[in-house]
Amino acid sequence: MGKQAYEVIVIGAGHAGCEAALASARMGCLTLLLTISLDKIALMPCNPAIGGIGKGQLVREIDALGGEMGKNTDFAAIQLKVLNRRKGPAVQALRAQTDKKVYEDRMKRVLWAQDNLSIRQGSVTEILLRGGEVDGVRLACGFTCYSRSIIIATGTFLQGQIVIGDIIRPAGRMGELPSLGLSDSLVRAGINIGRFQSATPPRVDARSLDYSKMTPQLGDDEPRPFSHTTQTTQRKQAPCYLTYTSKDTHRVVEENLHLSPIKTGAVTGHGPRNCPSIDRKIMNFPEKERHPVFVEPEGWHTTEMYLQGLTTSLPVAVQEKIIRNTPGLENARIMRPGYAVAYDFIYPDQLYPTLETKAVPGLYTAGQINGTSGYEEAAAQGLIAGINAALRVQGKEPFVLDRSQAYIGVLIDDLVTKGVDEPYRMFTSRAEYRLLLRSDNADIRLSGLGFELGLIDGERHRRIKEKERLVAEVAGSLESTIIQPTDALNDLLVGAGTSVVNRSISVAELLRRPQIAVADIEWLAPQLKQLTEEERLVVEVDVKYAGYVRRQLSQVKQFKRLEARHIPAELDYTQLHGLSIQAREKLTQVRPRSLGQASRVSGVTPADINALLVHLEQSKARSPV
Amino acid sequence: MAIIVNDTIAAISTAAGQGGIGIIRLSGPAAIDIAEKIFKGNKGARLAGRKSHTLLLGTTYDPADGTDVDEVLVSVMRAPGTYTREDIVEINCHGGVVAMQKILTLVCAAGARAAAPGEFTMRAYLNGRLDLAQAEAVIDIINSQTEAQLKVAVNQLEGGLSQKIGRISDALVAVLAQLEAAVDFSDEDIEVLPVDEISRMLQEAHGELKALGETSSRGRILREGIDTAIVGLPNVGKSSLLNALLREERAIVTAVPGTTRDVIEESISVKGVPLRVKDTAGIRHSVDQVEIIGVELSRKTIKTATLVLCVIDGSLPISQEDLELLREIKSDPAVLVINKADLTEHESVAGLELPMNFKARVRVSALTGGGIEDLEKSIETLFFAGNIDMSDKALITNARHAQLIERATRATQEAFELIEASMPEEVVSTVLKDALSDLGEITGETVSEDILGRIFSQFCIGK
Ligand SMILES: Nc1nc2c(ncn2[C@@H]2O[C@H](COP(=O)(O)OP(=O)(O)OP(=O)(O)O)[C@@H](O)[C@H]2O)c(=O)[nH]1
Ligand SMILES: [Mg+2]
Repeated sequence: MGKQAYEVIVIGAGHAGCEAALASARMGCLTLLLTISLDKIALMPCNPAIGGIGKGQLVREIDALGGEMGKNTDFAAIQLKVLNRRKGPAVQALRAQTDKKVYEDRMKRVLWAQDNLSIRQGSVTEILLRGGEVDGVRLACGFTCYSRSIIIATGTFLQGQIVIGDIIRPAGRMGELPSLGLSDSLVRAGINIGRFQSATPPRVDARSLDYSKMTPQLGDDEPRPFSHTTQTTQRKQAPCYLTYTSKDTHRVVEENLHLSPIKTGAVTGHGPRNCPSIDRKIMNFPEKERHPVFVEPEGWHTTEMYLQGLTTSLPVAVQEKIIRNTPGLENARIMRPGYAVAYDFIYPDQLYPTLETKAVPGLYTAGQINGTSGYEEAAAQGLIAGINAALRVQGKEPFVLDRSQAYIGVLIDDLVTKGVDEPYRMFTSRAEYRLLLRSDNADIRLSGLGFELGLIDGERHRRIKEKERLVAEVAGSLESTIIQPTDALNDLLVGAGTSVVNRSISVAELLRRPQIAVADIEWLAPQLKQLTEEERLVVEVDVKYAGYVRRQLSQVKQFKRLEARHIPAELDYTQLHGLSIQAREKLTQVRPRSLGQASRVSGVTPADINALLVHLEQSKARSPV
Repeated sequence: MAIIVNDTIAAISTAAGQGGIGIIRLSGPAAIDIAEKIFKGNKGARLAGRKSHTLLLGTTYDPADGTDVDEVLVSVMRAPGTYTREDIVEINCHGGVVAMQKILTLVCAAGARAAAPGEFTMRAYLNGRLDLAQAEAVIDIINSQTEAQLKVAVNQLEGGLSQKIGRISDALVAVLAQLEAAVDFSDEDIEVLPVDEISRMLQEAHGELKALGETSSRGRILREGIDTAIVGLPNVGKSSLLNALLREERAIVTAVPGTTRDVIEESISVKGVPLRVKDTAGIRHSVDQVEIIGVELSRKTIKTATLVLCVIDGSLPISQEDLELLREIKSDPAVLVINKADLTEHESVAGLELPMNFKARVRVSALTGGGIEDLEKSIETLFFAGNIDMSDKALITNARHAQLIERATRATQEAFELIEASMPEEVVSTVLKDALSDLGEITGETVSEDILGRIFSQFCIGK
């Protein structure tokens, strides 16, 4: 044809775009990654951290499916911590502070080294269509290239605007060009677009801070890695610091609230409730006397410190005053001000669970453009979009994880089924099968799928299979390891705050006591010694919560039954009697693939589901078997 | 019930009183069109184009031969502001049963389908007009035979049960928000409620669920009626007693012992307490094949009944057979009915000692009706401790509800125990979510977890 043609094109090289491009190229598709700036790949424009509760689980799953984020985080980490350590092990999660530059550089090197992957700078202004399907993209410089599978992962760049006080400027991120034109191109293709906003705190110079007024926050002594492939994370770690806002900080904010873009209306669109600005926190919780501020380094080789907790888009002069009045930051020099960014997103209920748009076959979207927030949420979608774009090219069945398999499944099902009304962040409470979807067993759950897709090599897959076997064997052996009551044992039990034993008891039974951790009983069951710390954790949870794990497994069975109840794609809900008007609209919009998915569509009541069920039964009865 | 939900259904929706007004109701997309075909409005007025919720006077007629059937008042109610959320037409006529039947036949000939029992309610439910508990209540109202049943059903229809469950769910969701906040925001500067407080909240919810569950045995009685057996030797007046309670000559009464050969069952209301009363064959040795089978049936009935009314003939001496029968009765409670009080009581009767499960002894005359009132009163007391006013309370009358409440009660208890045993929040929350989904199944609503919404409004989240 004499044109530049690729099997998959990925627009945007943020966390979603990188995963998408890598997955597609690794699955053997000739892939092009387009970015507005080759110098801004895998950037972390907000906090210098990856993971956290809910998010850490996503990263582990990405890793188990052969994604890059976990490895990259381990490499760039300057502090690693297990969260929820004191809670039940089932909801433990990892978080890393990262060196932003190191993170970018390594990701770049990985991209550069990837077979089948071309990388090119350019701003896409138009998605080209042919016969209703995607055909290619046109860049601002006039260059066009062609592909039948295109992934848009443009983050906050679509019609991006940044706001500080009353200053409003078009920008994708501070100091970067927005993506103009692409939004209109999507609207023309029949896609509905909304507007969200998000904000980031000011960065200050590490040399201007008074650390004597702050509490150091250290990483774990024996840090656990994100990636199942990372051997060791033993290295120098940097501390973060904790300080609190003061009454004076609050007074400054209150006096200047009228200048806050949320008051003046300079930013419209919803922001994330889990990450409010300091203005909003003080407005909504006036009785709270102080708010924590975590001071986090942005890297080894920069003096920039990130002020977690002081997110704001108040005018710069007010930001200065806020900082002056916060203990430890009195003399802090702002290096970059905080700001808000408003951007276009596409309502994600316009997507299939493959992240393909319903309006345009072959067009996928992933990341913040789908109304999510967070690097991890973006990367997870990028991976799934990349996989599905490649599968489409190869003419294979799509790849969809359901809610019982992974947090990634929960994330995407929530997006495409319930839609969003604020930037979506993952929480463990969103996952109904939380005791099964754990950080510690992510590889056991998903590596087989990664292997089938060609994203995990045979050697790694074999190792995980072996781990799965070993863990099951040891867990089983704890049930049959019977011990007699001894003084040593009873001393330990009393010390841990639980009751003594006076008959023989299995080690598993002891472990099921809430006060007893696996470390306490290791000496009673030598077979535990052959396990790594991570493997011990899997055994601990599986044994400790065996009853509840079984219960969730049986709930999963029920869940799968409803998921298997297929709804024909062409079903005309407007003609379906017995549905509420709201349900009709919503179901027409979402076009759920199963009765289970339909039941999760917001505004659809059990009465609607009954009507739907009646209809499905009747059409089954009518059509010859 | 095989349901088709897109046609138009019709039924007589009020029982016709003598000469009273009856209503034929149509619901469905063609309700107005169909009614139009058999209706002539006064001064040529037509139903089509009438505003919703308006009345029109006219005459129904048979389109086949043009004859008038009855003068009627027709109300047109348009979807969605109706009971079924479909177009509804109600034809009010006063011609009694015959006219109503005729009009129903006419609308069916004109394209409507005769509705199955409860089908209007089913549509209201399917169209989102009623929640599940309310829909079930309507069915109960249709089927209710006694005052008390009706009261409970009406209360449930008004949402009494749903409201009560809503309040309990709310309390559980509040606990859940605390637990979830502790898990998802453990790295935030938030203060969740202390364990004691959470325990207390769980205990309270558990208490309320338990109390609600305990109403279900009374509820079941109200719904299904108390399974009652009238037993005794031949000729003591069992069938007469049934007739006296029914105030109607239902069972055959003769002076010949062994008249009743089969079990006769009737539903009656005793002071609002529904009873399913079985009259049985008199117990005695017999050589008659039919009677032998009858007596076997009587013995079976004695075993399964919730309440046994053991009848003796008070004018005769207490016999060995009477005593044997008394011992055979195991139902608790049981009542001794000393019949034929209009005759002189035999001296042996006063000294008769009763087994523990006999909670009352009443003298009646089935012949004259004397003492029947006393018997009814003691039955009422036995089952409702004299208090049958349930109108202010949510009462579980439905087996499905009872089961779900019981499960939710157990789960809440378990959550409480887990908290007390310092199990981690995410395990407790798993159990609590089970309880919430059980409760949600009663009202047919997902007690959806706007847990995150609660967390964000209660705690200052966001480092
Ligand atoms: N005087 C008097 N006679 C009664 C009374 N109750 C029943 N009888 C008479 O007793 C006879 C038997 O009555 P039933 O009601 O048929 O007795 P039953 O116990 O059903 O008899 P079987 O069905 O044969 O077992 C009839 O002649 C009744 O009229 C009563 O209270 N007083
Ligand atoms: Mg009889």
